[in-house]
Amino acid sequence: MSEQMPDARGHFDRFGGKFVPEALYAALNQLEQAYAEARTDPAFHAELNDLLANYVGRPSPITEVKRFAEHAGNARIVLKREDLNHTGSHKVNNVLGQVLLARRMGKTRLIAETGAGQHGVATATVAALFGMECRVYMGKVDTDRQALNVARMQLLGAEVIAIESGSKTLKDAMNEALRDWVASVDHTHYVIGTVSGPHPFPMLVRDFQRIMSIEARSQVQQRYGQLPDYVAACVGGGSNAMGIFADFLSDGNVQLYGFEAGGEGVETGRHAAPIGAGSVGVLHGTRTFVLQDEDGQTKESHSISAGLDYPGVGPEHAWLADTGRAHYESVTDTEAMDALALLTRTEGILPAIESAHGLAGALRLGKRIAETDPDARPLILVSLSGRGDKDVETAISWFGLDGSVNASMGGDR
Amino acid sequence: MTARTDRFGSFDLGHSGQAFRAAAEQDRAALIGYLTLGYPDVATSLDAFRTLATGCDLIEIGLPYSDPVMDGPTVQRSGTRALARGTRTRDLFGALEAIGETGTPAVVMTYWNLVEQYGVERFAADLAAAGGAGLITPDLTPDEAEDWFAASDKHDLDRIFLVSPSSTDQRIGSTVDACRGWLYATSVMGVTGARAETSSAAPELVARIRAQRDVAVGIGLGVSNGAQAAEIGAFADGVIVGSALVRTLLAAEEAGTPQDLTDLRALVEDLAAGVRGGQ
Repeated sequence: MSEQMPDARGHFDRFGGKFVPEALYAALNQLEQAYAEARTDPAFHAELNDLLANYVGRPSPITEVKRFAEHAGNARIVLKREDLNHTGSHKVNNVLGQVLLARRMGKTRLIAETGAGQHGVATATVAALFGMECRVYMGKVDTDRQALNVARMQLLGAEVIAIESGSKTLKDAMNEALRDWVASVDHTHYVIGTVSGPHPFPMLVRDFQRIMSIEARSQVQQRYGQLPDYVAACVGGGSNAMGIFADFLSDGNVQLYGFEAGGEGVETGRHAAPIGAGSVGVLHGTRTFVLQDEDGQTKESHSISAGLDYPGVGPEHAWLADTGRAHYESVTDTEAMDALALLTRTEGILPAIESAHGLAGALRLGKRIAETDPDARPLILVSLSGRGDKDVETAISWFGLDGSVNASMGGDR
Repeated sequence: MTARTDRFGSFDLGHSGQAFRAAAEQDRAALIGYLTLGYPDVATSLDAFRTLATGCDLIEIGLPYSDPVMDGPTVQRSGTRALARGTRTRDLFGALEAIGETGTPAVVMTYWNLVEQYGVERFAADLAAAGGAGLITPDLTPDEAEDWFAASDKHDLDRIFLVSPSSTDQRIGSTVDACRGWLYATSVMGVTGARAETSSAAPELVARIRAQRDVAVGIGLGVSNGAQAAEIGAFADGVIVGSALVRTLLAAEEAGTPQDLTDLRALVEDLAAGVRGGQ
């Protein structure tokens, strides 16, 4: 089904499209053409696959988490370990693909927007690898809560620009990256990190992230002799969810669940759940579900997770929600942080707060299934999209840790 | 000698293009002035639009939007403040009526989501009823504009689309074909904002446009004074000034006198003299 989507104009039925200044049309068309050529060029795939295997470390493993799953009814939970990729998240899969395209187009400079900093780090990393100039736009709120990733990007040679306009988060970083691109398209490629933005980005990013579900599908089949019953992932813009869904879209028996950031609770209005609580609008070049007021002004989103703190969502998710092929629910800050703590304590895996939303969703799914069907032993595949090292500061304040030790020993007295 | 009006050929000048024709008949370019609706507040912005009418041939009312990706820091700042002070889409229609009383025509510049949420058909109907001439749509190209084509035809409104130095000749042609009123040419690659020097890309772009089609061309992005207006007016049919005008209002607020339109009036005079060859 997804193979035919989007159509030639980048539409997923009533979603998607290209709502951009004319100044960007030439660049988007060039990108579309470069991708169409690369798709059928064995040399492109050979180079990308080599980088994915020998630089990123793919395939990433799947890990069954039995102690964690004791809290999920009778479910078995298997994680797709994108946290083990070089740079620590799934973001690098897409960046490598796009940077190879940028090089084909003769572009020498990369720009990117980033929320949690994972996409910025991945872009800065690949820019270093290819010797390209790199500038990353990041909201001021996020440079504060993700200081570690700011430093990582700078070590990698990227310039990090803090955005102080609007809500000072991912949405405003994306505005600024688009403004940069309007003025610099001749030599600059805008590496969009999620499955949103104008066509062809939603398609391109999905295709480059599809490796997650291509691998996971055969890994699960090989180990368990079946496909997963459920696939769960967090959804901000939605790139890891699209990546883990893509190869299962035509498996009608595999249920797909995306978990948006519920922030302080959808009922409080302080959340980042546009599918659950937004309406159809145009934002950042695409028609999709958006958090907006009656006039169409974008509302600020709220989430403890910088990577999910975005008032829009990729148009293909909007379409999958509309058609009912995938289901979307929201997970609050508290549920996500509880899941983060639980996975860390039971399995020794510290997930990114983003990924913890998918984990919390899987716990909920497992319990819900156990209530309605106590005999079921559902197999849930969860995208562990990134590792949580970057979130330790946030965890310190959330859990009230103060960095002091439990006790001191040794010394002279 | 070739009259300026000959450049328009059989292009449909609609309503707002008549301002270009009237200026061309005086052998000069039209002056188009932009300000943000609701800045520094709705009432003062109406006075500011009336001030524009004293020297501009056409007024461009900017509807403030939360995520204006085509606008530089000056216009963004005015829009952010206008929204923070409660400006609503519905304030537009009263403003259009107020400007209408000056006899100077007005077009609206708006990001597309605001029109969609108001309802494309309803927006067009209310715009036409309030005396608005049409819309400039910075993030809507003809490719995604089916609903707008239908509504603008039904309510006889101008459709002003943009072209840029990166537009192909083929896209310039098809964009002009989709326009009514005039064509908005962005003279430099970049967002709005006054620049010390205007770009050499502007005459090149205008030449490429004229090689494709007969059309009235307004040049925007970068003009900040009468001398630049004269320079652009020498080869364009219309000179669009935005950020420089908005900046006078930001400066007035900065000085603690947000209602003081003295500097705005002086700049309008300077620009109006500029398009008239500096008389």
